[in-house]
Amino acid sequence: MSVILQVSSLVKRFGQLTAVNDVSFEIREGCCFGLLGPNGAGKTTTIEMMEGIKIPDSGTIRYQGGALGSQFRNEAGIMFQTTALQEFITVREIMVQFSRFYPDTTGIDELADRYALHDFLNQDTRKLSGGQKQRLLLAMALINKPKILFLDEPTTGLDPQSRRNLWRQVQEIREQGATVLLTTHYMEEAYELCDEIAIMDHGRIIAHDAPDALLAAHFDDVVVQIHAADIPRAIGEQEFQAIYRNDNAHIVTGDVNRTIEHLLRLNIPLNRLRIRARDLEDLFLELTGKELRA
Amino acid sequence: MWNRIYALFVARNLEFVRDRSALAWSVLLPVLIIFVFAFAFTDDNPEKFKVGLVSGSALEGAAATFGDTRYIKFIDFDEVETSLQKVERHQVDLLFDPDSNRYWINQTSPNGYIVEKLLIAAYSDSGESLQQIMVAGDEIRYIDWVIPGVIAMNIMWGALFGIGYVIVRYRKFGVLKRLSATPVTAVEFLCAQILSRLWLLVVVNVVIFIGMDLFVDFRMHGSYFSLLLVFTLGCINLICCGLVVAARISSEEVANGVLNLFSWPMMFLSGVWFSLEGAHPLMQKFALLLPLTHVTEAAREIMIDGAGIVDVSDHLLVLGVSSVILLFIGARIFQWE
Repeated sequence: MSVILQVSSLVKRFGQLTAVNDVSFEIREGCCFGLLGPNGAGKTTTIEMMEGIKIPDSGTIRYQGGALGSQFRNEAGIMFQTTALQEFITVREIMVQFSRFYPDTTGIDELADRYALHDFLNQDTRKLSGGQKQRLLLAMALINKPKILFLDEPTTGLDPQSRRNLWRQVQEIREQGATVLLTTHYMEEAYELCDEIAIMDHGRIIAHDAPDALLAAHFDDVVVQIHAADIPRAIGEQEFQAIYRNDNAHIVTGDVNRTIEHLLRLNIPLNRLRIRARDLEDLFLELTGKELRA
Repeated sequence: MWNRIYALFVARNLEFVRDRSALAWSVLLPVLIIFVFAFAFTDDNPEKFKVGLVSGSALEGAAATFGDTRYIKFIDFDEVETSLQKVERHQVDLLFDPDSNRYWINQTSPNGYIVEKLLIAAYSDSGESLQQIMVAGDEIRYIDWVIPGVIAMNIMWGALFGIGYVIVRYRKFGVLKRLSATPVTAVEFLCAQILSRLWLLVVVNVVIFIGMDLFVDFRMHGSYFSLLLVFTLGCINLICCGLVVAARISSEEVANGVLNLFSWPMMFLSGVWFSLEGAHPLMQKFALLLPLTHVTEAAREIMIDGAGIVDVSDHLLVLGVSSVILLFIGARIFQWE
């Protein structure tokens, strides 16, 4: 697959703070590329430079081999992390307005059908719920039949059902051939949607590959997870070097049998024991020492 | 390009027309001001008299006696020709040239009649003779004089705050950021905002003009087309001022302060409420830098004197050239975020 977007040595500073520090990567056409990182990692600044919203201090961004020009503007769909819409405007009117910005567009009714907006077409945009507004913003980002779609934390603040709906919609967009660039701090989301991920911290990319390849490269062990109430913290930390988070003690081990035998010897109840493979959350913790949702 | 400008133009219009409180204020405020000034504060106090003095030299003899009369305000004028118009309009009760002992008086002015008696009394023991010259002309009431300025001021508020606030709010809440991610250019966005605000201001102020014409009898001696041209150019100029203010600011509080910094001096130093005649020369020169001065003066010349486009071409030129400069600056410094 050919490269649709190429980022080289991108740097962006805000005063003394270097928000993005020498970031380079390529996005292949048709791929879903995930940019992961905790708040303040520099992923929104990076994506906004790629969208042409922010000007980098140094480095280059090339779309289909050329600079970000009018072709890019016409072919890029963008959904920001937060967007306010003009007031006193209905859903249909704002979609009509945006459709007039582009030479080739998808019909309003088709988008309204696809994103369940038909019932709200004549409603003031200020009266939409969070999920309805996200669907409208996604529809607006798709109005120009984009070849590349930028989604900056599209599911932040959504309930689990709305989040899963949006994942399904992103998968449908990909099936239609669009390239997707997604930023998120939800690991499950990245794993579910992305072919490739880049993990950012302190403005740098610290790991970049397919999710499974990254996990395979960093881990050959599993996690034995026990409810924190079942294993006293002192024992967990001393005997197993367990990490306590989300009400669970996480014991990383390369030998599950021996770990379970050890737990039994210490009379730890195993009723709530769970063995799981290492995931992106573990990977991020391993690489940065921070939890992604911090 | 035009498609994108049209899309933004329509959206902004819908926003304005549906924001009923803003729309109502745009129409009601100037009407309220007119009524307040017309019926509550119209100054026809009989104890105040205005006498124009043509000579620049110090008054001597009987002229000095007349100059000492209380309750008369003496205003210096350079020449008779330009000052006579003020006598004709009852803006000055009597014009006096102490060097030639000639005075000009409007035959229909009650104040002029009384001031003439005072002048004659001051000269009665001097042995000098006075020469009376009668002029004719209808009184320019305060309402006739203030209405062009009030309409111009309404345009100023609507243009500065209407466009400045909207753009700053768009920037603050990220509407501009979203638009910047589309093929819309800064020039297209600004053109749409200007056009949208322009037609709204023109229509609203035409409605106000017609409405006031129905309820308040005021002078309109010039052509409606000339007046429309002046107000339209004034709208464009003041909208461009608003664009420059809003080009970078993203805080409504800061925008409010800067817009007030522009609007309040214009409101008081552009001759909307009171004539700058007799004001400090520096203030008069400063007033000429303010677009509202040119809109107000051009509108007055058309409405009161029946001036044509050629007669107000100096004002139109200032407004036109400064509009182009302001638009250029606004487009150059404009930032989406």
